[in-house]
Amino acid sequence: MSQPTPSSAATDTIDAPPAIAVEGLTKRYGPVTAVGGLTFSVPSGRTVALLGGNGAGKTTTISMLLGLLLPTEGRIRALGFDMLKERHRALPRMNFSSPYVDLPHRLTVRQNLMVYSHLYGLRDPKGRIRELAEDLDIAHLLNRPSGKLSAGQKTRVALAKALLNDPALLLLDEPTASLDPDTGDWIRGYLNAYQRRTGATLFLASHNMQEVERLCDDVLIMKGGRVHDRGAPADLLARYGRGTLEDVFLDIARDRTRPLEGEGQPRAERPDRDPELPGGGSGPESLSE
Amino acid sequence: MSQEDRHLMPHDVRHPPERGFSPIQTPQSVAFAPRRVLAIVLRHTYVLKSSFPRLLELAYWPTVQMVLWGFITTFFVSHSSWVAEAFGVLLAGVLLWDVMFRGNLGLSISFMEEMWSRNLGHLFVSPLRPYELVASIMTMSFIRTVVGIVPATLLAIVFYEFNIYGLGLPLVTFFANLLVFGWVIGLLVSAMILRFGLGAESLAWVAIFAFGPLSGIYYPIDTLPGWLQPVAWAMTPAYVFEGMRAVLFDGVFRWDLFGGAVALNVLYLGAATLVFLRTFTTARKLGLLLDVGE
Repeated sequence: MSQPTPSSAATDTIDAPPAIAVEGLTKRYGPVTAVGGLTFSVPSGRTVALLGGNGAGKTTTISMLLGLLLPTEGRIRALGFDMLKERHRALPRMNFSSPYVDLPHRLTVRQNLMVYSHLYGLRDPKGRIRELAEDLDIAHLLNRPSGKLSAGQKTRVALAKALLNDPALLLLDEPTASLDPDTGDWIRGYLNAYQRRTGATLFLASHNMQEVERLCDDVLIMKGGRVHDRGAPADLLARYGRGTLEDVFLDIARDRTRPLEGEGQPRAERPDRDPELPGGGSGPESLSE
Repeated sequence: MSQEDRHLMPHDVRHPPERGFSPIQTPQSVAFAPRRVLAIVLRHTYVLKSSFPRLLELAYWPTVQMVLWGFITTFFVSHSSWVAEAFGVLLAGVLLWDVMFRGNLGLSISFMEEMWSRNLGHLFVSPLRPYELVASIMTMSFIRTVVGIVPATLLAIVFYEFNIYGLGLPLVTFFANLLVFGWVIGLLVSAMILRFGLGAESLAWVAIFAFGPLSGIYYPIDTLPGWLQPVAWAMTPAYVFEGMRAVLFDGVFRWDLFGGAVALNVLYLGAATLVFLRTFTTARKLGLLLDVGE
């Protein structure tokens, strides 16, 4: 499979509103702030990653974007709709996949996909399932109970469910977690091809740095419930003087180094940094160009 | 490029949406869509169809109850003038009590199926509304109740020559009112399980028994101590079972009792639905939709 390049679909309609726009997003559980004052936007037609260590707030953020979790403060717009007031106008054209949220085990793959086809109001459920089954190489699994699948098969089935409605905005929580390198690579290739073919916006949380480098136009790095840094993968590498995103991630996770002087944005203009970190600041973060 | 086109996402430019839906979707109401309700009914029907033991289990307990109370009835007919006066009063009581029991359990289990399968996260990022889920699990409760009760009623005809369908149209009102009260309990139990996790799931089986002594299933409400009678009359089953006895003993359908049952059910079902929906919002605040373990 050829190595993909960052997507270019965003150039289709330059005036399109952001696929995701988040402002002051905060989630507190009692005295604990899981996510604190996130502000960012994701341009339409881009693939954006949310990176961060365990407990950084990635899953909390994705859950709030989907409306599964209500924020304590802040605003979220997805596909132009206010997700706190009119999320059901956006949901028909959004979807989600996570290895941590199962499909009913007792139902066969076909039955699960049929149920979700009806939930998303597909015109031709059988045809769409057949199409996706061929695309994702799961046709031979359609009559198997979902609970009897391997991790890689489950991931492909979950992806089929997530693509049933041809989503304009697809949120993915660790899309290749627990997969062997071959299957993970296949999934990444498929997602990249899907994005390029449809112009959909992909927003994914991941621990896999190679995945992020390969798939994403922009990266948000979270730490302690805040956006610590952001930028295109190549920009982040240059800014931190590192060869891989994994090294950048480790630098940030371990408070080891700071961005090189003179690289990337000036610190004073790089908002939303942890105030306790050298060079940190606070303020809104935006991926919008 | 028109103003409207300027707000299309790149994806939408390639696949222009129609009334907010992609071209491969049928536009439908975002407020309430029967197709989404039926999708969840379909999901539970798949589960039932795939497991013969589950189907058997639905009919097992009502049948065992019916056989037991059939023998008790046979005994009391010759030892109790009260039972002798209306042969089917105990059997009708036990069969109708099972309607309420199955109504509650059918709803609670359908809801817990989603928690057991950790499916709530997927369901509620789809266009499904919480009250559409409520409508679908009520539908499933009806289906489960019918599947569970009908074999027992038919066997009662065979074993004891007691035909509950002989009650005629009043039976429909008794069935409907008890089913709805079962939903009330089921919704409250489901709300508790959603809020406190699957550790509370045994409530689905045991909570309803607290209503048994106050329902007047096998005896008139005036058998209860005076101070307890108002409590019994504050709940739907008292009206239904008194109404059942009025039909069996006097051959009279008591519209006053029917009206009381309907009024209470409207009140309780509305309140229970609100409690469930409020709990759903609480679950969204606490992140419980993705964390559905014990």
